[in-house]
Amino acid sequence: MTAPPPPAELEPQETLSAEMAALRDAYEHTGVEETQPRLDYPPYRSSRLRHPTKDLHHADPEGVELWAPCFGERDIDPLEADLTIQDGGEPIGERTVVTGRVVDGEGRPVRRQLVEIWQANAGGRYIHKRDQHPAPLDPHFTGVGRCLTDDDGGYRFTTIKPGPYPWRNHRNAWRPAHIHFSLFGSEFTQRIVTQMYFPGDPLFGLDPIYQSILDPKARERLVAAYDHDVTQHEWATGYRWDIVLTGPHRTPAEQEDA
Amino acid sequence: MTRSATPGQTVGPFFHYALPYPGDRELVPPGTAGAVLLHGTVRDGDGAAIPDALLEIWQADPDGRVLQRAGSLRRDGFTFTGFGRAATDASGRYSFSTLVPGAVEGGLPFFAVTVFARGLLNRLFTRAYLPLADGAEPDALLRSAGDRAGTLLCVADDHGFRFDVHLQGDGETVFLSYPGHRGD
Repeated sequence: MTAPPPPAELEPQETLSAEMAALRDAYEHTGVEETQPRLDYPPYRSSRLRHPTKDLHHADPEGVELWAPCFGERDIDPLEADLTIQDGGEPIGERTVVTGRVVDGEGRPVRRQLVEIWQANAGGRYIHKRDQHPAPLDPHFTGVGRCLTDDDGGYRFTTIKPGPYPWRNHRNAWRPAHIHFSLFGSEFTQRIVTQMYFPGDPLFGLDPIYQSILDPKARERLVAAYDHDVTQHEWATGYRWDIVLTGPHRTPAEQEDA
Repeated sequence: MTRSATPGQTVGPFFHYALPYPGDRELVPPGTAGAVLLHGTVRDGDGAAIPDALLEIWQADPDGRVLQRAGSLRRDGFTFTGFGRAATDASGRYSFSTLVPGAVEGGLPFFAVTVFARGLLNRLFTRAYLPLADGAEPDALLRSAGDRAGTLLCVADDHGFRFDVHLQGDGETVFLSYPGHRGD
């Protein structure tokens, strides 16, 4: 199989890189720290009509917003945390353990809460009908996992290191390898979906989704650390990635009442 | 010591085989006594329907109790958990079968809503209030939303409530941030 010819109508990487550099420069001159991605980030072309143009409206959380959905043992099979044993055979690729803690802004563990992940396979292909990237599907890898955090907020997945994959934001656009994470806190307002990246990826500087977080310190919070103590002898490489949720609003005493 | 929050990222285009699950949008089985349909369309700044969005709702039970019950991922048809999840279909529509939320601690009853989509770089929060009962006064949030407050209100229809979401443009939904949250 040969590579398909790039469609002529897509913009070159140089155009996107120049836009991203201009936004970075402007940000560095503001002196105001941002910790989240911009919703209005034109280099991510799909965002142009999908971001609010009005400022987010400040609200005091009340009622159900001060609580989060509750998940438990009945919701999840412990085997769902191992993405390498899900389909009757061994998936191809680098077996990898990804582990860390989920804590709130005060550093308190988020206990017994749901963590969901999804990712491409080692060849950079998702099991999704919209992913037509001509890389092979792996019959033994779905790329979906779930677990509950433990009493220390800890989570742990065994998976295959995902490959980078191409997309059509612009010509020769490639996403850095990543794992999607979906997290709940102890309050509704702590809900977050994000992506974990692997250290040293050469695609970081070229990727509009990663670069939509303008602050370099904030971006680096999405990059896992290689951890040789997590790596297992003759079995799997290991990465550690801790997640900090916003908040909380409720006081520790109220939390204890829960 | 306060820690900086981990940034969000878009849910992307490929969440459909991971986040939806059987029964995700059925907080109660359709046809259950008291079941209502909460539904709507998610639209972009051109008014086009968004076929790759995902909504979550989190609500009190009809008595205004905030529940802490497991079982949302493996529904048994009898346990109301208050949580549901629904991806939009090819026409940008979502729907939930649920119960009417009651008022919590004297507030107005609402569904807390989270919106995710391809092209949306971070999740958005909003509230879908039940239509105001006769004589009911708007609460502080509705008052502060001024002439945009209507975007926060469900519209009653034959089977329950309609709540459309406009990410941008005419009738852009009021989306919320919680300034008590550091790093938000």
